[in-house]
Amino acid sequence: MSVIVTAILALLGLAAVFGALLGFASIRFKVDGNPIVDEIDSLLPQTQCGQCGHPGCRPYAESIADGGDINKCPPGGEATIQALAELLDVEATPLDSEHGEEIPKQVAIIREDECIGCTKCIQACPIDAILGSAKHMHTVIASECTGCDLCVEPCPVDCIDMVPVDQGLAAWHWNSPKDQNIIATDKMGLVAEGANLS
Amino acid sequence: MSTSFKSAPSSTLSSKIISTRTIYDFHGGIHPEEMKGLSNQTPIVQPPIPPKLVLPLQQHIGKPSQLIVELGQRVLKGQKLADADGMISVALHAPTSGIIDSIIDHPIAHPSGESGACIVLIPDGKDEWCELEPCEHYEHLSVSKIQAKVREAGVAGMGGAGFPTEVKLHPPHHDKVATLILNAAECEPYITADDRLMRERADEVVQGMEIMAYALQPGECIIGIEDNKPEAIAALREAAKETNIDVCVIPTKYPSGGEKQIIKILTDKEVPNGQIPADIGVMCQNVGTAAAIYRAVRFGEPLISRVTTLTGEGIQQPGNVEALLGTPIDWLLSQYGFQANKTERLIMGGPMMGFTLKHIETPIVKTTNCILAPTHKDLPPPPPAQACIRCGLCADVCPAVLLPQQLYWFSRAQEYDKAEHHNLFDCIECGACSYVCPSSIPLVQYYRHAKGEIKQQKQDQLKSDQARERFEARQFRLDREQAEKDAKRKARAENAAKAQAAKKAAEAVDAGTETQANTASDDTTDTKKVAIQAALDRSKEKSQANNASKPEEVIDIDALKTAWDKTQAKLDKMHDALDDAKVNNPDQVDKLTRAVEKNQMRVTQAKQAWQKASASQNTEAETKIEPAAEAEKPDIEALTTALEKAQSKLDKMQDALDNAQPEQVEKLTRAVDKNKVRVNQAKQAWEDASASQIAKVKINAEAVTEAEKQSDITEQPDVEALESALDKAQSKLEKMQDALENAQPEQVEKLTRAVEKNKVRVQAAENALKAATSATKQNGEQ
Repeated sequence: MSVIVTAILALLGLAAVFGALLGFASIRFKVDGNPIVDEIDSLLPQTQCGQCGHPGCRPYAESIADGGDINKCPPGGEATIQALAELLDVEATPLDSEHGEEIPKQVAIIREDECIGCTKCIQACPIDAILGSAKHMHTVIASECTGCDLCVEPCPVDCIDMVPVDQGLAAWHWNSPKDQNIIATDKMGLVAEGANLS
Repeated sequence: MSTSFKSAPSSTLSSKIISTRTIYDFHGGIHPEEMKGLSNQTPIVQPPIPPKLVLPLQQHIGKPSQLIVELGQRVLKGQKLADADGMISVALHAPTSGIIDSIIDHPIAHPSGESGACIVLIPDGKDEWCELEPCEHYEHLSVSKIQAKVREAGVAGMGGAGFPTEVKLHPPHHDKVATLILNAAECEPYITADDRLMRERADEVVQGMEIMAYALQPGECIIGIEDNKPEAIAALREAAKETNIDVCVIPTKYPSGGEKQIIKILTDKEVPNGQIPADIGVMCQNVGTAAAIYRAVRFGEPLISRVTTLTGEGIQQPGNVEALLGTPIDWLLSQYGFQANKTERLIMGGPMMGFTLKHIETPIVKTTNCILAPTHKDLPPPPPAQACIRCGLCADVCPAVLLPQQLYWFSRAQEYDKAEHHNLFDCIECGACSYVCPSSIPLVQYYRHAKGEIKQQKQDQLKSDQARERFEARQFRLDREQAEKDAKRKARAENAAKAQAAKKAAEAVDAGTETQANTASDDTTDTKKVAIQAALDRSKEKSQANNASKPEEVIDIDALKTAWDKTQAKLDKMHDALDDAKVNNPDQVDKLTRAVEKNQMRVTQAKQAWQKASASQNTEAETKIEPAAEAEKPDIEALTTALEKAQSKLDKMQDALDNAQPEQVEKLTRAVDKNKVRVNQAKQAWEDASASQIAKVKINAEAVTEAEKQSDITEQPDVEALESALDKAQSKLEKMQDALENAQPEQVEKLTRAVEKNKVRVQAAENALKAATSATKQNGEQ
C-alpha cells in the first residue's frame, strides 16, 4: 500500500514540477501573433494593391493563414503561389483570374505638365511613393513604386500612366536552357540546310 | 582524364631551370583540344583605323562612365571621353583623334545582345595624340599617384571580367597582400592573346607587375603560366631575370586560369565561400592588365586598345591584333578574311566561357580577348540533351568541388534555395561539367539561369521588404494622426460639457422657470402618457369583459390606434429634434436622447395595447359565430351561394385548364387545386350548417309539434336547394368525366383524382338531400 502511495506521490510531484515548468515556458517564451502570418507575408510581393480583395498584403496573409485561397495575388503570380504552396504544404492552384492577370512589373509615371496638384494620388499611395504638395506638381519615386496602380483611379485629370519597368542590363539573366535548343534539327535551320545541299 | 603534373613534358623542362616552388593541384579540370596553334604563329598586327568607332560607356563591372564630351566635338587620341562614376567605375578615352558623331543605343558585348549607350567617334585619320604625362621611374611616384594614374587611364581587368584595376591596387585594410599573382595561364582553347603579348612584350608585362608590386608591397610575386606556352615562358624568364618575380610553370589543365584555381595551384589556399582572394591575402591580375598598367604609368597612355585573338576556321588569316577599343567586329573581321558563309556564329571569348554574339556590329571592348569564328565542324551545336545517367563525370571534373548533378536537379526544378545550399554560387561557370556530360545536358546554362533567378528573387525580396517597411510606416503615421484627432475631439467635447454644466448650475440658481422650459417636451409627453395609460386601462377592461358590445370595442380599438399613431408621430418629431440638436446644440443631446427613449417605450406600449385590443376583438368575433348560428336559414343560404360560386369558379378554371397551353398548365393546376380546397371548405361549412339545421329542425319538430307548418315552410326551400346542388354536382361530375375521357395522358391522373373527389361530393350532397327529405317527411308525419 505504501508503495502505491509513494508512486502516486512521486508522479504527482513530477506532474507538478513539469506543469510549473511548462506554465513558465508558455509565458516566458510566448510568441506574439501568429508566426505563420509573418512567413506568408514575407512571401507576398508587398504591392499593397488590394487586388486580392484584402486591404493590403498582411490581411491577405492572415486570410491565407486562416485557410483562405493562395491564388489571389496577381502581382506575385505563379512564383508566389508556388512559394506559398511549398510553405503551407498545400496544392498550388493556378492564379484566380477574377483578381486580375499576372502582368510584367509596372511603375507609375505622372505626366507632370498635366498634374494639377490635387494630392489625391498621394493619399492613395499605400507606400508613400508619391511626392508633392497641394497645388504643386507631384512625382512618383520610381525606385519605391510597386506598380499597384492605386493612384491611377483617383487622378481627376488622368495624368498617371502605368508603364512596364525597364530593368535594363543589370537585371538581365540567362534564360533556362530547358525552353530552347531541345531538338537538334531545330538548330537555326542549319541541319536542314545541310540536308538540302547533300 | 587528368594529366598528372609530372608527365607534362614542358614542366619537366621548366623544373630544370627553376623548381623552387611547390605546385599544387586543384580538383577536377578537363583537357579540351587547345587549338592555340591556329592563332599564335603570327605576331600581333596593328589593323588600320576603322571608319567608325563605337565606344560603349560601360565596358567594365560597376557603374557606367559619365560622358564629358559634346556632340560634334573634336577629340584627340587618348583624350578622356567619359569619367569614372564612383569608386567601382573607370574612365573611357578616345582611341584615335576624330569627331564625336553621336551618342546612340548600340548593341554591346553582352550575352543578352541588348543595346547600351555608346559614343560614336568618326576618326579623322590623323591619329593625333593628346598631351601625355610620361614617367621614367615609377619609383619616384607615390602609391596614391600610381593608383590615380591607373584610374585615370581607365584600366579594367582585361582577362574577361573587367573589374576596375585601380581598386585592386589598394591593399586590403586589415593586412598586407601576401601573394601577388599574375595570371598568365590562358587556359581556354583558341585564345592566344596573352601568349603573344608575353612573347612580344614580356618586359612590359614584367614591369607592369613591378608597378603593381610597388603599390601592393606583397610578400611574393608569382607569374602563373601554363606549360603549353614555352616561348612565352622563356620570354618572361628573360624579362624577369633581374627581378624577384617567380615565373611559375603550371600544368595545362582547364580551368587553371580561373582565379580561385590558380590561387589553389600556386599557394594551396582556397578562397572561402562568399569571400574574395584579398580576404586570404592574395591578389590576382591578368597579364594584359599588367601591360596596360605599365603603359599607363610609364607613358601616361590610357587604355585605348587591346590585343585580341581573331581565330577559328572561318577566318582566313587568324592571329592577334591590337585593336582599338570600339572597332566594330564585322569591320575588323573583314580585314582578315572573314568567311561569313563558313561560320554559323561568332563567339566573344573562348569556346568554354564565351558567349555567342547576337550582333556582328558589336564593338571590341576592354574585356574582348578573343573573337572566335568557328565552322560548323569545329564547334558543332550540342546534340539534344538526354536524360542524366548519373555517371558522376561532372562531379569528377568540377574545379569548385561541387555536386553538379544535384545543382542540375535543383536548378531544373526551380528549387533554388536547395541549389543555394549546395553552393551554387561557388560555381565559376567554367563549363567543364557540360563538356564532359555524356548526355549533353547544358549543365552550366542551368546554373547560370538559376543564379540569375536567385539574384532576381533576392532583389525582389529586398524591394518588397522595403515596400512593407514603407507601408507599415504609413499605417503607423495614419493611426497616429487619427489618434491625435480623436484625442483633440474628446478634449473639446469635455470642455464643452464642463462649460454647459457650469452654465446649467448658474441657471438653476437663478430661476426655475427656465428649467421648466427646458423640460417642456417632457411635460407634453407626460400628458400623452396619461392619455395612453387611460386608453390601455380601458382596453384591458374591455378585453376582460368578453361580452361587451362590438361597437364599443371598435371605438376603443380606433382610439388605441390613433393614440399609437400620435405617439409615433411625436417620436418622429423628437427624433428630428434630436438630429437637429446633435448638429446645433450638443449640450441638449443627452436630454433629448432620454426623452426619445421614453417615448419609444410609450409607443411600444401603445402598440401592444392596440394589438391586444384588436386580438380580443377577433376572439369576440369568433365567439359571435355561435349566436349567429341562430339565424340558420340565411346563413345556410349564404353558404350555399358561396359554395355555388366556388364551384362555378372551379368549373371555369377547369375549363381554362383544359384549354390551357402547356407552360401555363402547371400554374392553372395549382390554382384549380387551391380552389378545390376552397370549394371543399365551403361545402364542409354548408354541410355542417345544414346538419346542424337538420338537428335543430328535429329538435324543433319534437319540441314544437304545433309549428309543423312553419317548419315545413322553412325546410322546403332548403331541400330544394340541396336538390339543385346535387344536380349541379352531378352535372359537374359528368363534365369532368367527359373531360377525363378527352384529356391528355399527363393530365389524366389529376383529372381522375378530381373526378373521384367530385364523386365523393356528389355522394355527400345526395346523403344530405336524403337526410333532409327524410327529416321533412318525419316532420310531415309528425
